[in-house]
Amino acid sequence: MSDDHRPPPHVIRAEAIESLLTEKGLVDAATIDAVIEAYEQDIGPMNGAAVVAKAWKDPDYRRRLLDDGTAAIAELGFGGPQGEHIVVVENAPTRHNVVVCTLCSCYPWPVLGLPPAWYKEPAYRSRIVKEPRKLLAEMGLDLAPEVEIRVWDSSAEVRYLVLPEPPADVAACSESELATRVTRDAMIGVARIDG
Amino acid sequence: MAEPLLDIEGPAAPPRKNGELVFDAPWESRAFGMTVALQARGLFAWDDFRAILIEEIATWEREAARSWSYYACWLAALERLLVKQRLCGRAEIDEREAGFRARTAGHDH
Repeated sequence: MSDDHRPPPHVIRAEAIESLLTEKGLVDAATIDAVIEAYEQDIGPMNGAAVVAKAWKDPDYRRRLLDDGTAAIAELGFGGPQGEHIVVVENAPTRHNVVVCTLCSCYPWPVLGLPPAWYKEPAYRSRIVKEPRKLLAEMGLDLAPEVEIRVWDSSAEVRYLVLPEPPADVAACSESELATRVTRDAMIGVARIDG
Repeated sequence: MAEPLLDIEGPAAPPRKNGELVFDAPWESRAFGMTVALQARGLFAWDDFRAILIEEIATWEREAARSWSYYACWLAALERLLVKQRLCGRAEIDEREAGFRARTAGHDH
């Protein structure tokens, strides 16, 4: 380690490039901010988390979501490529749902963003069907023997989203507080919601 | 906005955590945001950027002396593409950088 407190080279270089591009009218700070925000938040599990949190707090919405996932998700403004037909499957104390795409990597993009690398790996795609309880345990989710596991195979026509069980303090939390606790892995069905 | 197809796997795939992009420092997200914004305006094709990015990463890997930074490669690729597309000149970037460096020399962050 050195005592050099100057900013690292890339910091200034990136700043110089942005400043020139801005002067030339090719980019502007607000557009760059919007891009970063979209990729960090708007595209991805934030959408799915909003859907799940609303379903936990609003029984009518939960019913609509389970009846017609695509339509209920569209109510919140989410939809588009790879999300045409979304079916929501609900976890219960004795029933756990988990999603896979055995053929490729079909995935509900509008609510879950881009699929994680492991979702696309042959090991997950075959083992979650053959030995789901063992694989889930290896992934950190121990399910009691009495919990029935249902594995949903996504396809080009149907994408599945898991509605996890709410945390114990669901009544005391606001929808937006709850949304921050919903993880991508819980919506695929390989994790539980903490708390 | 037309969304570029970011690689999920392989050398050109950006770092992610729980599926989300991970930026270790603000400059990384600025470099990412600039590139996507320019591409969305049709100033270059995403595949052209991706091809240069893969080259930059390969170059980096040959020069094992430096510690790994995905976004340093990204920034280098963006710079090369800007020059190639005549959107920015290397000399003017150097000049602006030197100016900023002089500015920050007096007050450390």
